[in-house]
Amino acid sequence: MNMLAEKPNYNDDIVKLFTIASVFWGVVGFAVGVFIALQMAYPALNFGEYLTFGRLRPLHTSAVIFAFGGNVLFATSYYSVQRTCRTRLWGDGWSKFTFWGYQLFIVIAALGYVTGVTQGKEYAEPEWYADLWLTLVWVAYLIVFLMTLKNRKEPHIYVANWFFLGFIVTVAVLHLVNNISIPTSLLGAKSYPMWGGVQAAMIQWWYGHNAVGFFLTAGFLGIMYYFVPKRAGRPVYSYRLSILHFWSLIFMYIWAGPHHLHYTALPDWAQTLGMTFSIMLWMPSWGGMINGMMTLSGAWHKLREDPVLKFMIISLAFYGMSTFEGPLMSIKEVNALSHYTDWTIGHVHSGALGWVAFISFGAIYFLVPKLWGRKELYSLKLVNTHLWISTIGIVLYIASMWVSGIMEGLMWRSYDSMGFLEYSFVETVMAKHPLYLIRALGGVLFLAGAFIMVYNVIKTIRGDAVPASSLKSEEAAHA
Amino acid sequence: MLNKHSVLEKNSILMLIFTVITISIGGIIEIVPLFRMETTIEPVKGVRPYTPLELAGYNIYLREGCYNCHSQQIRPLRDEVERYGHYSLAAESMYDHPFQWGSKRTGPDLARVGGKYSDLWHVQHMVRPQDVVPESIMPGYAHMANRGADIQNIGKDMEALRMVGVPYTDEQIANAYRDAITQATNDGEGLDGLIERYGDKVNARDFDGNSNTTELDALIAYLQVLGTMAELKDYQHDGEKRSGQ
Repeated sequence: MNMLAEKPNYNDDIVKLFTIASVFWGVVGFAVGVFIALQMAYPALNFGEYLTFGRLRPLHTSAVIFAFGGNVLFATSYYSVQRTCRTRLWGDGWSKFTFWGYQLFIVIAALGYVTGVTQGKEYAEPEWYADLWLTLVWVAYLIVFLMTLKNRKEPHIYVANWFFLGFIVTVAVLHLVNNISIPTSLLGAKSYPMWGGVQAAMIQWWYGHNAVGFFLTAGFLGIMYYFVPKRAGRPVYSYRLSILHFWSLIFMYIWAGPHHLHYTALPDWAQTLGMTFSIMLWMPSWGGMINGMMTLSGAWHKLREDPVLKFMIISLAFYGMSTFEGPLMSIKEVNALSHYTDWTIGHVHSGALGWVAFISFGAIYFLVPKLWGRKELYSLKLVNTHLWISTIGIVLYIASMWVSGIMEGLMWRSYDSMGFLEYSFVETVMAKHPLYLIRALGGVLFLAGAFIMVYNVIKTIRGDAVPASSLKSEEAAHA
Repeated sequence: MLNKHSVLEKNSILMLIFTVITISIGGIIEIVPLFRMETTIEPVKGVRPYTPLELAGYNIYLREGCYNCHSQQIRPLRDEVERYGHYSLAAESMYDHPFQWGSKRTGPDLARVGGKYSDLWHVQHMVRPQDVVPESIMPGYAHMANRGADIQNIGKDMEALRMVGVPYTDEQIANAYRDAITQATNDGEGLDGLIERYGDKVNARDFDGNSNTTELDALIAYLQVLGTMAELKDYQHDGEKRSGQ
C-alpha cells in the first residue's frame, strides 16, 4: 500500500528534549516531595527563610505537576501526533520555542516560590508575569498541535489526539480565567487577583479540580490511548467506548470543582451540583480504564514478560482506584470527615504517583529506545526493579495517609463522656508523627525508583551493552 | 449518533469548537450565578477592608504560604464550631483577593484566631513556635521581628485592590502609610484619623513590643483581626441545614 511506502521525516529532536526534561524534573519534584515530607516529621528541617514548608510545598506541587507532568505531555503528544497523523510536527521553530519557553516558565515560577513571590492560590501560585509568559507558550503549543492535525495524511483524527487537544485548550481556558489580576506596578512582582472571596473560591477550585481533570487526566489518557495499544501491539478495545469516554469525561469533569468546598460559605446549590457530577464522573473514568485495560485482550501474556507494559497497566489500576475514591470523598458526609485531613493528600498521591507517574514512566521507557535508535532499553530487569520499588513506595504512602487522615478526622470530632472535645489540636499533630515517617519512607522508595530510571535511561541513550546476566529476560520481552 | 462522530474526527477545528462548548457549560452554570445572586453573600454588619497594616500582614501570610497548612473556613459542624467559633460567612472573606480558605489543616483553622491569644503569645510563637507549643511542627519566622514591614507603597496595593472591587476611599489610600505607622505604634496623633477611616474597633497598638514597624507587627495585626469584624450577634441564619450552635 502507498501509505506504507515512505516514513515521514518526523521531528524527534524536540521529543528527545522534552523526554530528558521530564526525567530531570521528575527527579527534582520527587526529591523536594521527600524533603517536605521529612519537614513534617522533623520541623527542624525548615532552614532559614527560603526553605520553609510553606514555600517549598508549591515548589513540589509545581515541579511534579507542571514540570514533570507537563514535559511528559509535551513529549508524548509531540511524538504521537506525528505518528497518528503521518506527518512531521508543524513549525520546528515554534516547537523549539515551546520547549525553551516552558523550561523558562518553570524556572521563573520556582524562583518566585522560594523568594516568596506567589499569588497565594493553590496550583496557580505563579505571579502575573509568569502567567503571561506561560500564556504565550501555551498558545504556541496549541498552534503547533492544531497545524500538525491540519497537515495530517490520515483521514481521521486518532482518539489520543482528541484527548491531547481537549487538554491543551481547556487548560488554556482555566489558566486565563483563574489568573486575571491587576499588578500593583508594571515593574513589581505583586498583583491582586480579579476574583475575591466566595467567587474566587469557586473559580479557584473550578480551575484546581480541572488541573487534575484535564492536565493530569485528559492529557494522560491521551498517552494511554496511544502508548498502551502500541506497546501491547493490539488495537484500542472499543472505538465506541472511546467516543463516549471522551465526551462524557470532559463534560462532567468541569462541574466537579465545588466538592473542594463542601460545608463552606459557597451556596449549597453549587456544592450539591459539584457532588452530583463528581459521583457521576465515576462512570466515564472507569469506562476509560476498561477501554485501556481491555486493549490487552488476547495479549495478556505480554504482561508477564514486559515490565514497561506492566507500568502502564498498573497505572490504570491505580487510576481506577483513585477515580473510585474521589467520588466517594466528594459525598458530603464522607467529606465532612476527610476534608482538611491527610486523607486528601493520600488520595492525590494515589492518582499522581500511581496513575500519572506510572503511565509516564511507561511512556518514557517506550520512547527512549525508539528516539535514540536502540533496539530495546539497556535493562528491562531494572525496569522491573523500578516498578516494584515504586509500587511498594506508593502503597506505604497512601496507606499511611489513609490511617493518618481518618485518625485525625475522627480525633477532631471526638467527644469525651462529659461532652467536651476530647483532643486538643496539637494532640492530633503528635499522633500523626509515626505515619509521617512511613509516608517519607514511601517517598524515598519512589525517589529511589526514579534514580534507577535515570540510570537505565542514560545507559540506553549511550547505547551501552546489556549485561549478560539479564539477557534471558531481554529475549523473552522481544519474543 | 455515534456514526456521525466521524464528521468531527475529520475536522480539527470543528473538534476544537465542540470541545470548548462542552467544557464551558458546567463552568458557566456554576460560576456566573454567584456574581448575580443576592443570596451568595449574606448581609452582615461590620466587615470592612483591611487597614494598610493588616493588608501588609495579609501579604506576608500569602508570601510565606501559610495557606498550605492553615484553613480559614469554619464549617457548620458541631465540633468545628465548638473548637473554632461561629461558622464562616461568605461576607467575611469578600475583600480577600485571593480568598484564603485553604484546603488542609496541618495546623488549626485561623478564621477566628483574632483575639484568641495575646500579642506576646503571637510574637513568641512566630519567632519559635515550639517555645509556646512544644509539639508544634510549624517553622519559625524569627527574621520577621527585625525586618521593616512593606508599608511605604501600600497605597499602591490599595489602589490595585480598588480596581478589583475593594471599596477603599481616596482618603484611605492617601493616608495609607501614615495609618499603618499609627496602627503599629498607637502614638496618639494619627489615631483619630485611623478610627475615622476604619472604625473604632480597629486594633491600634505596638503589636511586637518593638518601636519599629516590623513585618511581625503587620502579621500580628492581620491575625488579630481575623474573624472579629462581622457582628455575628446580629446575624440571622436561615437555620435550615446549619447544625452548629
